[in-house]
Amino acid sequence: MFRLELIDVTKRYPGVTANDRVNLQVLPGEIHAVLGENGAGKSTLMKVICGAVSPDEGEMRWNGAPAKLGSPRDARALGIAMVFQHFSLFESLTVAQNVWLGLARRSSLADVSAEIRRVGSEYGLPLDPERPVHGLSVGERQRVETLRALLAKPELLILDEPTSVLTPAAVTQLFETLRQLAERGCSILYISHKLAEIKALCHSCTVLRGGRVTGNVDPRGETTGSLARLMIGDDPPRLERRPRAPGAPGLVVEQLSLDKSDPFGTALQAISFTVHQGEVLGVAGVSGNGQKELLAVLSGEDPRAPSGTVRLNGHDIGAAKPARRRALGLNFVPEERLGRATVPTLSLAHNALLTRTEPVRRGGWLDMLTLFELTGRLIAENHVKARGAGATAKSLSGGNLQKFIMAREIGSRPQSLIVSQPTWGVDVGASAQIRSQLLALRDAGCAVLVVSEELDELFEICDALVVISEGRVSPRMDLESASVARIGEWMSGLWPEAAPSNPAAPSNPARGASLV
Amino acid sequence: MFRLEARAEPSRRFAYASPLIALALTVVLCTLMFAWLGKDPVRGLELFFVEPFLSKRALGELAIKATPLLAIGLGLCVCFRANVWNIGAEGQFIMGAVAAGGVALTATEETGRYVVVLILLAGTLGGLAWAGITAFLRDRFGANEILVSLMLVYVAEQVLSYLVFGPWRDPAGHNFPQTSMFADSTGVPRLMAGSRANVGLLMALLLAGLFSLFLHRSHAGYKLLVGGLSPPAARYAGFSPRASIWIACLTSGAMAGLAGALEVTGPLNQLTPHVSMGYGFAAIIVAFVGRLEPVGVIFSSLLMSMFYIGGELAQSRLGLPKSLTLVFQGVLLFALLASDTLIAHRLRWVRRRLPAAKALPVAATAPNATPRGL
Repeated sequence: MFRLELIDVTKRYPGVTANDRVNLQVLPGEIHAVLGENGAGKSTLMKVICGAVSPDEGEMRWNGAPAKLGSPRDARALGIAMVFQHFSLFESLTVAQNVWLGLARRSSLADVSAEIRRVGSEYGLPLDPERPVHGLSVGERQRVETLRALLAKPELLILDEPTSVLTPAAVTQLFETLRQLAERGCSILYISHKLAEIKALCHSCTVLRGGRVTGNVDPRGETTGSLARLMIGDDPPRLERRPRAPGAPGLVVEQLSLDKSDPFGTALQAISFTVHQGEVLGVAGVSGNGQKELLAVLSGEDPRAPSGTVRLNGHDIGAAKPARRRALGLNFVPEERLGRATVPTLSLAHNALLTRTEPVRRGGWLDMLTLFELTGRLIAENHVKARGAGATAKSLSGGNLQKFIMAREIGSRPQSLIVSQPTWGVDVGASAQIRSQLLALRDAGCAVLVVSEELDELFEICDALVVISEGRVSPRMDLESASVARIGEWMSGLWPEAAPSNPAAPSNPARGASLV
Repeated sequence: MFRLEARAEPSRRFAYASPLIALALTVVLCTLMFAWLGKDPVRGLELFFVEPFLSKRALGELAIKATPLLAIGLGLCVCFRANVWNIGAEGQFIMGAVAAGGVALTATEETGRYVVVLILLAGTLGGLAWAGITAFLRDRFGANEILVSLMLVYVAEQVLSYLVFGPWRDPAGHNFPQTSMFADSTGVPRLMAGSRANVGLLMALLLAGLFSLFLHRSHAGYKLLVGGLSPPAARYAGFSPRASIWIACLTSGAMAGLAGALEVTGPLNQLTPHVSMGYGFAAIIVAFVGRLEPVGVIFSSLLMSMFYIGGELAQSRLGLPKSLTLVFQGVLLFALLASDTLIAHRLRWVRRRLPAAKALPVAATAPNATPRGL
């Protein structure tokens, strides 16, 4: 008997069939992957399973009996818990209060706090229950969501891209936890686009494409290539990285220290690194270690940097406003696509105007024709799936919106580009496009800084890496001497204190050997 | 039963249809109200929707009342779009009237016509300065602009009362709390004989065009909009949130002040404790009914002006209280808020279902859905 069975589930939205006669079977104790690109219908399917959306057609069976879910509460009553990719947390409440709200109100807040500490340490998700959510980074917020789901002691746990914010060691630990959970009989639906993870963890895999099931396979018997083909229908384009000698220093950060502006933020301590023209420098690290603060200083949203600590091609830009930095050739793609990189309710054309000034004429008047032409070009040349320049930003899928944002920033021909989480939650096709764009930019001589929590991605596109931990940045590590184990160690702040005077010096092989 | 369903995208059609639906609802509800009060509903509606258009004089009155509503409403469009909630336009209107009245009182019959320009300028600056207090407190101390601007309305009323009961009281006015009548040279030129409508209407219409350009075709207007919709996006782009607060407050204050100046030098011709008939508050409804669009505000200010005139006529012809105007305004606002639900949602007819908890044990399979095994 299946724990969960979906039979011909169909859900239509105006203009799109999100799920088209989808069948899915999950056995008790099975770790079942749902694989698909963004917009393939995974999210809708999960919403159907957890009761947030009712299907137009089809049937859901729970332990063999037909189940009709009217609300998420019905799903919770059955024992279905979900960790969403987009968080639903109250910003002004603490971690414990947020978790408490989702539970049946039998336990006291103090019990919940104790439980969070216990489960958190058990599953490698440490978190202070007293901290308010507004001060948490994206990664920490996901931790809250995961803990909340685990505390409900579910029979079916749904995880949506859970590993993107974990260190490699913590991923291993989480997998261990998930396997334990599965052995105890809990079924797990694991949504991911990381093919290697699915192969390592899952017992079976349902692949979705365009709202339909395109395959039902045992991932352990597949190659990543065959899985990717099922998902996108084609081989992903191969990235070609030509060796290139780095040029002059582009973006230079020297001895940058800054107090935290938010009590739960991270203070930056004597950060130094250099991004040369024509290279991609990666910043690895678990979120919440100062990435947010460092990026705000680099983008100009936080103009408190002491004079001389941030330089772009020789200009001291520590106190420059974002518009001035863009004029000097520094562009920035933040990790929050909706609500920071774009205004959700405005059209793509109006969102292009956030950072582009070509359509602004003398006297501050806008040339709408230029604006719409520009936006149309960004959409067409970068294969952004949108209804046109008038479509609102929030009507685009995550991957398409990211393609649009990247196109907007790259289109202004930056001397230096800073990108945070370039492919977070973005489908394979779009990820490949974005990564190859970053490499093309590098080849054109741009100094590219990529902050990412996905090591695979950093290894794929970077020439060198630094690791950020508790507001400090490690010495530079060339890609040849980098390994997952070594980066994992550095993520805990354990790196050898090298002479900081010449961060561009080739890494010392002896040092690398001593650590691995 | 009907069920509300979220739309994938807000409906543009309903964004514009919503005020019309609201107006229809208002008419229906007010028809019921007339009937309930024992008056002929047809006659009642006639007073509100037909009489204001029947003569040149009536049309002039319509314009007289629509002008301040339009001017204030335009300023509020800018303000509300920037997500700055200045609801004290009434106070800025009064201080505009006070400043304009102060200049007008210095004029004599011999003063040149240029004084009209000075008066309007003084009124604009008066309203601007009064709104500037709100902007300053919000910017410097993070004070809530809703509370500050509203409370400053009452301060403005007291200032006006002090002046007309005290230093500015007409010595020959039999102790009435009012200033002397302004000299003829201060009057805003009228549009035509036989009607009180003046060039203030043309100014307001011209300003509607300029505001529309500012909001839709200028970089400054765009920055204001982004700041209102998404402060983090504005910070990312580098648009100053402080500039937004100041521009929004000062623009709406200046427009309210201009409206106040036009009011005292147009139909009133003197200062009394009651220079405003609640225009500053009614203009909030005008701005929303007009969808925060300058062109929309032209129509909504006309509508609101009809309500003012209809209320007065209902008092004189039907013996109903003049506050009927306020009832109409209130019903319209509520109807609008209700209709706006349809912008982001739609009604769908669904068959009644058993509550989900009960449906679970019973096999509630749809009869035509044949399970297909794999």
